[in-house]
Amino acid sequence: MTQTQTRTLSYNDAIIEGIAEEMRRDPQIFHMSTEAPGPLAAEFGMPRVRQTPIAESALTGMAIGAAGAGYRPIVDWRLVTFCFVAMDQIVNQAAKIHYMFGGQTTFPIVFRTTVGGGARRAAQHSQSPYSMFMQLTGLKLALPSTPADAKGLIKTAIRDNNPVVFFEAGRIGGMTGPVPAGDVAIPFGQADIKRAGADVTIVALAWMVHEALAAAEELAAVGISAEVIDPRTLAPLDIATIRASVLKTGHLALADEAPPNASATADIAARIAEDPEAFAALKAPIARISGLEAPIPYSPALEDHVFPGRQRIVERVRALLGR
Amino acid sequence: MSQLTPDRQRQMLRQMLTIRRFEERASEGFRAGEIYGVVHAYSGEEAVAVGVCATLTDRDKIISNHRGHGHCIAKGADLDRMMAELFGRADGYCKGKGGSMHIADFKIGMLGANGIVAGGISIITGAGLAAQMDGEGAVAVGFFGDGASNAGPFHESINIAAGWKLPVVYVCENNQWAVNVPAAESVPTPNVADRAAGYGIPGVIVDGNDVFAVYEAAAAAVARARAGEGPTLIEAKTYRHRPHTERIDQPDARPKEEVARWLEPDRDPIPRLIARLQAQQGQLSDQELAEMEAAVQADIARAVAFAKASPFPTLASALDDVFAA
Repeated sequence: MTQTQTRTLSYNDAIIEGIAEEMRRDPQIFHMSTEAPGPLAAEFGMPRVRQTPIAESALTGMAIGAAGAGYRPIVDWRLVTFCFVAMDQIVNQAAKIHYMFGGQTTFPIVFRTTVGGGARRAAQHSQSPYSMFMQLTGLKLALPSTPADAKGLIKTAIRDNNPVVFFEAGRIGGMTGPVPAGDVAIPFGQADIKRAGADVTIVALAWMVHEALAAAEELAAVGISAEVIDPRTLAPLDIATIRASVLKTGHLALADEAPPNASATADIAARIAEDPEAFAALKAPIARISGLEAPIPYSPALEDHVFPGRQRIVERVRALLGR
Repeated sequence: MSQLTPDRQRQMLRQMLTIRRFEERASEGFRAGEIYGVVHAYSGEEAVAVGVCATLTDRDKIISNHRGHGHCIAKGADLDRMMAELFGRADGYCKGKGGSMHIADFKIGMLGANGIVAGGISIITGAGLAAQMDGEGAVAVGFFGDGASNAGPFHESINIAAGWKLPVVYVCENNQWAVNVPAAESVPTPNVADRAAGYGIPGVIVDGNDVFAVYEAAAAAVARARAGEGPTLIEAKTYRHRPHTERIDQPDARPKEEVARWLEPDRDPIPRLIARLQAQQGQLSDQELAEMEAAVQADIARAVAFAKASPFPTLASALDDVFAA
């Protein structure tokens, strides 16, 4: 194995580096967004890096058409909020087009989009609706939580021959971390154990991975050994890694900033509860730490109350274990 | 029509006849329970698909809507595989996954019928963007109805195509009724083509039941697109002979006298073309016409036999092609 050099990059810069590496490798890749990313525009320019009208529905459909004609488009919807005007193209077209036409051709597309709250942007601009997309069989869904994962997963997303929605966690866009230089792609469907532990499995998504890691430190101080797992992709979902952890720990907590109703945490909890062996291994009910069931409010006092954080994780896990 | 040889003109008639007979057989199959779900017949609008597609080659792309059989046939799709798809069989174009509303043949540039009104307009615009980036002079053609011209994707897509000078031809088949809503009540401008002015592109109105008029309008739009001058909106005024779908309980709000008038031979695009060809010495004898009709009927019968001989898909195939490898 060759020695891989790592540098410190931000989450956002790691994604751009991954895209740029792929664009150098494959001339069929192009990028459309209402605001062209500076480094990509500077290196590749037109026609491969396009600044577009604000027309997410048309851009989403155009990506499908260009993909069907042999290209590998990347469309950045920017805030996930803005893709809802494109739902026909996402739900009725992109998710189904390969199957509906009997697999005649492939539609390799990456839809980039930013999720999450914490920026004091109120209800429309603070959402984490990835579980809505989990219902759409035919889409792959990535949700990285670190700069290295972000780079590795964007490269895999671009190389995949299916439509991929690449959720970027806005809260951690500026977070820095070690990122391998060069061609290090991370396969889809491989959860990452961010911290090994013996007493409780905490499955966390995006920003909540970092809150769960902080919670695990606090829990360690009271003698609870927490294992923190980041699924990294929601479709495909690596339930095997979560299941194996639950068999070991006998306790499962799930942390996500989205509300609990019909959520990713609900789906993971159901899959574990349906599994006879995993269910039998559980020594306590499954605990979910979620956002409150409300649109996200503007006032910092309210927003910080609606979103969960490390403290709520610590409290729920301690209650779960009775320690 | 100077470009169209007599042979070519007869071929166009044969395609139009093929579409009509295919639709008649599909309707019959639907009523007999051999074809499921829904069938939207293209009868009465054949001159639009055939006139437009006569200007295209295999490297050019088209996209269709829910009323898609005619566009498939005009682009050169295989009747056997089309009929097998309608019958829900394994040898259908989509292996029985799509049915009437989702027939596609990517090898001939037919990017699919589409069950969502206006759903294909931005997809074909993307195919136009691909053609522009390829730089080989190919064009993309989107077929849709008057109803779709009221929906957002029409406006967003044409706005972008006009701004980027994409090689796209937008063909609005104005059959005057969006299901049961008359265009006269839902399109506020006198013509759909008038909307082109809002995007700074040509808007061309053509008699959609005159295949040669459609051909000439499409040829000009395609030439403009190939030359890098950007998109054109063509409005082909036409009429559907059938209700919105072939469902027995399908309400049809259209006045009976209006429908009857459009079925008359001086408006029906097929008798019009036959009369035109027969008016030209030696173009189409009665015997040639009879032979053509018999050959088309034989094609349809062969397609039905192929469909019936094809097995239903295996149950395991329900999970095939959910994702591409």
